[in-house]
Amino acid sequence: MVAVDSERPKDPGVRQGDLGLRVHWCVLPFRVLLVLTSHRGIQMYESDGSIMVYWHALDSGDTSSVQAVFARGIAASGHFICVGTWTGRVLVFDIPAKGPNIVLSEELAGHQTPVTDIATEPAQGQDSVADMVTADDSGLLCVWRSGSEFTLLTRIPGFGIPCPSVQLWQGIIAAGYGNGQVRLYEATTGTLHVQINAHARAISALDLAPEAGKLLSAAEDTFVHIWKLSRSPESGYIEAALLL
Amino acid sequence: MIGSLLPSAASSWQPGYWTQRGLQATVYRAPGSSPALLLSSTMSVRTLPLLFLNLGGEMLYILDQRLRAQNIPGDKARKDEWTEVDRKRVLNDIISTMFNRKFMEELFKPQELYSKKALRTIYNRLAHASIMRLNQASMDKLYDLMTMAFKYQVLLCPRPKDVLLVTFNHLDAIKGFIQDSPTILQQVDETFRQLTETYGTLSAGEFQLIRQTLLIFFQDLHIRVSIFLKDKVQNSNGRFVLPVSGPVPWGTEVPGLIRMFNNKGEEVKKTEFKHGGNYVSAPKEASFELYGDRVLKLGTNMYSVNRPVETHMSGASKNLTSQTQENIVPNPLAKEELNFLARLMGGMEIKKPSGPEPGFRLNLFTTDEEEEHAALSRPEELSYEIINIQAMQTVTKVPILTNSWATEMHTNGGTKKTSNERKSWLGSWESLRSQSSHDRAPAKGMTCLP
Repeated sequence: MVAVDSERPKDPGVRQGDLGLRVHWCVLPFRVLLVLTSHRGIQMYESDGSIMVYWHALDSGDTSSVQAVFARGIAASGHFICVGTWTGRVLVFDIPAKGPNIVLSEELAGHQTPVTDIATEPAQGQDSVADMVTADDSGLLCVWRSGSEFTLLTRIPGFGIPCPSVQLWQGIIAAGYGNGQVRLYEATTGTLHVQINAHARAISALDLAPEAGKLLSAAEDTFVHIWKLSRSPESGYIEAALLL
Repeated sequence: MIGSLLPSAASSWQPGYWTQRGLQATVYRAPGSSPALLLSSTMSVRTLPLLFLNLGGEMLYILDQRLRAQNIPGDKARKDEWTEVDRKRVLNDIISTMFNRKFMEELFKPQELYSKKALRTIYNRLAHASIMRLNQASMDKLYDLMTMAFKYQVLLCPRPKDVLLVTFNHLDAIKGFIQDSPTILQQVDETFRQLTETYGTLSAGEFQLIRQTLLIFFQDLHIRVSIFLKDKVQNSNGRFVLPVSGPVPWGTEVPGLIRMFNNKGEEVKKTEFKHGGNYVSAPKEASFELYGDRVLKLGTNMYSVNRPVETHMSGASKNLTSQTQENIVPNPLAKEELNFLARLMGGMEIKKPSGPEPGFRLNLFTTDEEEEHAALSRPEELSYEIINIQAMQTVTKVPILTNSWATEMHTNGGTKKTSNERKSWLGSWESLRSQSSHDRAPAKGMTCLP
């Protein structure tokens, strides 16, 4: 468990300048890294937090000053760590088994608006299928296959509402939207199979229990729901039911 | 195994160094821990106009209510008592200062939010833009009410975009205060146009960022307001109550339905579930035009003459984290912020009371004794220390005096702006007038109506 706080200056009236923190433990084949993102950049630490092994500064480049610069969305895929940015680009870092020799290996272009979340799962079965999905502020979802070069498999268009949170489980994409809806898609085809009018306000986060096939949704309407995900034995289509 | 990251003095981030100043994280490892994800947010640089206009709107509601409550019919009033004419004049003066063109221009430039201190200074200046004077305690109370009201409105906005409707509600009401003044009306309409231009095309995601920026600004404010407590929209611990009934936002469906589709997109199964709340469909889309039905009630005037509003300090400071580490390193942002502030306030044209006109003191409490008591019993953490800024017309540098930011003033870290940019800032200071800060006209004795 990681608890993060920003150091408070002595005077509570003084504004903190360093907001915008995301934290994620990235479980890789031979190590675990703690990844932090903020408006300054991306930091990676050894899993006990003892030492910072890598820092990637965000390049504000030719951004006009009206845009907020930040990194958001962190996930591990194989021996890669992927981090989303405010430009829509997803940075792919190649992580060695040990040591600080981390390299930015790719910048994925699939999104035009800031990335909100990234979800991954170990590749299912023999054929290399979709094992990563990225989401953005416009609600667009991009489905990828990881590798030395990541391949964009399919895109699931948004409908003008941000998708703050996304999960991937057994080839099922679960996406939570700003209008309170949870949608389940088939990852390989991008087809919508389940639409849940789950909440009365924007969804804050989704989480998944992979062994049990349970999806949790939390939203600004103060409610938390747990859903059972499954596939119909006859058709194989994705189904969902409310548990709590 | 427990490790902890300590803030280090190193300002550059290099592998092998510990965290940079301003970040503190403690790492615990539980057996079989799964990756934990914590949500946070970043700052939008388009938030200040919304913050300023809505807080200003709330301030006007409160002042209007207090002035009406202490109103004396014109012919019966003594020289030192408030009349209807006085009230209108105070509101006119403040509104005209708020919507000054130059000031609005500065305000709408993309920038980060000011600190609470800096913002409080602006409202202090604004509240004294007319013949009215407020003691420290009354000004504190005014600011508390303003901020808690807007915090409530932001929190309860059904859609992030609705904060714009809240702003329009405030502006609509402000136009009602100045119906007899066409020039000021024009200023307000111009601001309306600027709001539409700036925010009309923003995406839902950008509005969500603005919403988060605002909520972070209000994060630790838990002052209890009697009108909120009475209406049961605020708990006794200062937290607001989020309703779980009522209309859903425009664009959201009432929760309770699960639809399942086949490969062709045809619905093959439908189930319903009990959501837990008691929601109904949104009645209609709100208007974002210059005139129109805003539908949303947030941001409309909740004060009436007969409902005096109290704030409660005790217990409000419980959740302010104790400062374990003294920050002796001057905050480099502070000086830059003060420069912004000076520029912003330089655009404010304050009408100084001229001639023999006295300043009238307004008391936000029921009696003078109450006001005095409030001043003495205000918790330390909630005191707003005022920054004195003198903006002079003839000089090219602004001498900045503060009550309590002496350490920051000794830093010689300059702003990051280039000299070219600095020149254009100075250019916009043409309309500066010499302004004496905290100039209090001798307060006349006030009759306090029950």
